[in-house]
Amino acid sequence: MIEFSLQKTRHGANGQLQLDVAATLAAGSFTVLSGASGAGKTTLLRLLAGLEAADSGWLQVNGADWLRGGHSLPVQQRRIGMVFQDYALFPHLSVADNIAFGAARGERALVQELLDLCGLAALARQHPAQLSGGQKQRVALARALAMRPTLLLLDEPLSALDHGLRRELQRMLRDMHQRFALTTVMVSHDLGEIFAVADQVLQLEHGRIGAQGTPAQVFLQTPRDSSRIALHGEVLACQPADVMWRVTVLVAGELVEVLLSAQDAATLSAGQRIRLSAGALQPG
Amino acid sequence: MSGLDLAPLWLTFRLAATTTLLLLLLGLPLAAWLAHSRSRLRPLVDTLVAMPLVLPPSVLGFYLLLALSPANAPGAWLRELFGVNLVFSFAGLVIGSVLFSLPFMVQPVAAALSGLPPSLREAAWTMGKSRLSTLLRVELPCVRPALVAGVVMSFAHTVGEFGLVLMIGGNIPGVTRVASIAVYNEVEALNYPAAHAYAAILCAFSFAVVLLVNLLRRRAERIA
Repeated sequence: MIEFSLQKTRHGANGQLQLDVAATLAAGSFTVLSGASGAGKTTLLRLLAGLEAADSGWLQVNGADWLRGGHSLPVQQRRIGMVFQDYALFPHLSVADNIAFGAARGERALVQELLDLCGLAALARQHPAQLSGGQKQRVALARALAMRPTLLLLDEPLSALDHGLRRELQRMLRDMHQRFALTTVMVSHDLGEIFAVADQVLQLEHGRIGAQGTPAQVFLQTPRDSSRIALHGEVLACQPADVMWRVTVLVAGELVEVLLSAQDAATLSAGQRIRLSAGALQPG
Repeated sequence: MSGLDLAPLWLTFRLAATTTLLLLLLGLPLAAWLAHSRSRLRPLVDTLVAMPLVLPPSVLGFYLLLALSPANAPGAWLRELFGVNLVFSFAGLVIGSVLFSLPFMVQPVAAALSGLPPSLREAAWTMGKSRLSTLLRVELPCVRPALVAGVVMSFAHTVGEFGLVLMIGGNIPGVTRVASIAVYNEVEALNYPAAHAYAAILCAFSFAVVLLVNLLRRRAERIA
């Protein structure tokens, strides 16, 4: 179990951020930190890792004090696995040596197991510069697991990858989370990703927890018993098409065209935020 | 050529090798500190390290001569405590050369270290590695081209010293008469053939060094 109450003031590109967050994460849970950029997600992750110092607060992990009364356990002694947004692979080491870097002596079998589990066995002798984005990501994950961490921290690990790869790596993340009995905290703002991996969401707003719960509790605003779904989008264009109007809407990165009567279309203009409701779902 | 005294060349090599070795031991931690420190002292230290680039070597040599002379407090203290007199000695030359070549080791390495993504060191820390271990096993291997350039340039710059060596070392055969001083000495003695020989050897050496650094740089750019 991880319990914390952490405060930190930082001056960043988006002005001043006053982070003040307290939460409890159950052992074995998979928590996603979400929220707008500049809300403090990465800062909170780095405070948990010990890569940044809190101004005040405390942090307890499985009964051990990592931060109390101004005394902070150094990052080297926290036994965390961390996956960075830019992967941070050591360019001068091979894939196998990158993974072995954090492993204790005598953990050769674990390194081999991680190479196999992450589908990297054939790439063991390659160097990071020779790998694709998805392969680098898998090396970063395997490396983070090589020191048998209790806590796995991931800073938007999949943000640079395309859709198909993301799905594949989300499955791998979930598998590893269970296999190694990890408590995982991941920064993400991709809704599909959050629903795919998270048990719990902490939504940060201006450095504070704005909402907390399962992904459904935090993100689904329609009534629970409704069979209709609500999609939020932005109107891009309204054009006349015969007697109707064709309205182009951007929803979650996809373009949707809707036919409306002239009367309904008159209430819409480009740039407007709208909610689309749909009542029927068909298998694709 | 048959009568050329090789002692100055051997002495120059010993001086440059000792200086470079000491610069690796002292300069690399200093470079790491300069690259990562947020201390208020950093701009001051940065400036002091760069000073030998613009300071006439004779000025640095003059102050060192005063400092190390047994007639003054630091030199007297050294003599009392360790029984050594550093003026007009090989050890004195080494101290002067280390200070004089400091920017050639520290600046390229510090610049390369501060250009590395911070996540590289942080990743090593999360894997339990100390700051020193991270420097040796992750950061320095990642800046190998700058490190090689620093070593080669420090060595070459020490070979090329003249004013500083003359000030604190004088011109004692076998002790402080390095190759650059030997050229001067032979010219003074109107022994032009020997001066030519020393000068030609130093020219060839300098050409080889600069060529080597350029080749290394091009290779590093190709890899990056």
